[in-house]
Amino acid sequence: MNIKRLIPLFSIIVLILGVISGCASGSAGGGSKAKTVIKIATQTPLSGPEATIGDALKLGAELAIDDQKAAFAKKGFDLQIAPYDDQADPKKGVANAQLIASDSSILGVVGHLNSGVAIPSSEVYDKNNIVMVSPANTATAVTDRGLKTVNRICARDDFQGPAGANYAVNTLKAKKIFVIQDKTAYGSGLAQAFRDQAAKLGAQIVGYEGITVGEKDFSGVISQAVAQKPDLIYFGGVYAEGGLIIKQARQQGLNIPIMGGDGMDSSATVQIAGDSVKNFYFSTVVGDVTKTAKGKKFADDYKAKFGKNIESYSAYGYDSASVLLQGLMNAIDKNGGKLPTRQAVAQAVRAITNFDGIATKVGFDSKGDNNFAKIYIYKFNKAAYPATQVSEITKK
Amino acid sequence: MLQQIIQILPQVLVDGLTLGFIYAVVAIGYTLVYGILELINFAHGDVFMTGSFIGAGVLFFLMSIGFLSSVPSLIVFIIVILIAALATGFLGVGIERVAYRPLRRRNAPKLIALITSIGISFILEDVVRFIAELKTGNYIITAPSLFKTQYHLNIHSIMPFFHNVTFQASFLVVLVVTVVMLISLDIFVNRTKWGMAMRAVAQDRETASLMSINVNRVISVTFFIGSALGGATGVLFMIQYGTIDPYIGFILGIKAFTAAVLGGIGNIRGAMLGGILLGLMEMFAAANLSTITHGAMGAEYKDVFAFIILILVLIFKPEGLFGKAVVEKV
Repeated sequence: MNIKRLIPLFSIIVLILGVISGCASGSAGGGSKAKTVIKIATQTPLSGPEATIGDALKLGAELAIDDQKAAFAKKGFDLQIAPYDDQADPKKGVANAQLIASDSSILGVVGHLNSGVAIPSSEVYDKNNIVMVSPANTATAVTDRGLKTVNRICARDDFQGPAGANYAVNTLKAKKIFVIQDKTAYGSGLAQAFRDQAAKLGAQIVGYEGITVGEKDFSGVISQAVAQKPDLIYFGGVYAEGGLIIKQARQQGLNIPIMGGDGMDSSATVQIAGDSVKNFYFSTVVGDVTKTAKGKKFADDYKAKFGKNIESYSAYGYDSASVLLQGLMNAIDKNGGKLPTRQAVAQAVRAITNFDGIATKVGFDSKGDNNFAKIYIYKFNKAAYPATQVSEITKK
Repeated sequence: MLQQIIQILPQVLVDGLTLGFIYAVVAIGYTLVYGILELINFAHGDVFMTGSFIGAGVLFFLMSIGFLSSVPSLIVFIIVILIAALATGFLGVGIERVAYRPLRRRNAPKLIALITSIGISFILEDVVRFIAELKTGNYIITAPSLFKTQYHLNIHSIMPFFHNVTFQASFLVVLVVTVVMLISLDIFVNRTKWGMAMRAVAQDRETASLMSINVNRVISVTFFIGSALGGATGVLFMIQYGTIDPYIGFILGIKAFTAAVLGGIGNIRGAMLGGILLGLMEMFAAANLSTITHGAMGAEYKDVFAFIILILVLIFKPEGLFGKAVVEKV
């Protein structure tokens, strides 16, 4: 009887001892180095359905940190990466942010993938003066709150819709546009921004309709579109519905250009729509980096180090971390080669106005948005992913 | 305004009928089980979904052994739909055996069985998602299309107030197969010995068992038929829309259940008509709501429209369009 009770007790004691000894050896290992440790945290989804992109962001940042390691070592700092998994979940993101805040060797964060996670987490960063450079958060609220520590290198949502509209009206010469949105914050926000800009440019909006996420039959909306005889359809939403809309529109004989936002930037769009995907355009904040020599070298380095091909977001992870490190280096120099405060790092990062990255030039405005952020327009010429980049649109 | 509604009416009818017949067959699964057990089997929508995935699996398998190129697609389709129907039929029987029969034996309240069915529905969704993700790396599956031929009905030249109609060959397949299923089910229930046994059990389970009817077996058969029909409809859905994911059963299941209620739950013909009506109403609303309301309400309110009609019908006829106030089910 007693022995039976003792067995779990023993196992717990052994477990605790093991954990303690593990921690002890860890701290001993860290303490043996003379250099001051500086950590850069990444917060991206490393598990779950978005892990592919989250992992790409992390690996990009890791590569940037490795590239800069030697330069920091010269100044007596040991640069390290501290990856966190936000699981694309706001609760987890905030919990991780607390952990990051309590680790005083962390001077900056590269993250997140999802705006919904970035917004609450950045509140925690801001309270602790930790600078965040976001590679992928496009929601307007991310920087519109005016937090001094929050920066991003990608474009904003309210720029993507208008950029798409400019392309549709000016380049594709669309005069009658039918807009469909999926009733989500993302989809309807994008569609509204597109509609307003297109109307301003003189196009006629012949319909503005919503669909329900999760359904598969959109022929009702499509037959309405057919009746209006538009020369372009815009869809604000994600590929699961968008792919089907493209397909069903083609089935009803609408062979006009269809356009969407970055939610359609997925190989699944091609899978779902099949051959119908031809003549489909989408705008996205991520450019094709392999077009430049610099980008090609990055892709090769990435492949050599991690054994994986780059994802479209890898270069943005790299650039975010590089900008952050540039700011950090400036802050160190300003502080006479000594470890700067978190606040000083945040100021130094915000002060960057002209940084040449792989995917994009970076210069932050007073809100932390990137002045050089671009929107890229892609087109599917054949039923294969990735699509062809046909245009890039700069903010200014 | 009216002119525009009339112009696109033929296309709306075609699309609405496709959706409506799919609702109708799934609704029968709900109505059959309700008629016999007074149980709302929420797992039925997911049996439908499982059927579509089994169909896709068989289709991919046939494709990988090169069967698809050597045999006409109609035969491939018949093989796929038969396998899927059989598999989901046995799945339905299995669900009843494992989940519902033990509860019934212990005289558990009906609410417990209802909750169990919701649990089964979640299990099915996640098992299918797990397997699909394991096999393909993505749980949104796009099946190869079998019936791609497009037809243009040139109504416009005969009746100039209509626009032309475009549909795919798969529409005809869905139409023919569902009508065949509905008619054969009707004959089965009304003309055969097993059908009579089912009606007897629905009327009074105890008395039926006294008349030497094996009640448990009748229930198994009911689940088999309902689930097989659901699974076969899943295949039709896959053929028609091309893309399936593990969550298609949820919304569609709820709408089919609504259709069953609209027609009078427990009544087979009611479920058929309720399904077709709901499909037509939904499609009509999706295509015309913003024309009718001058853009104040868009197509996104189509479900609101359809459900308002449901509520109106139920206010004036609470037993549903075909239901009888007296207890006569199946």
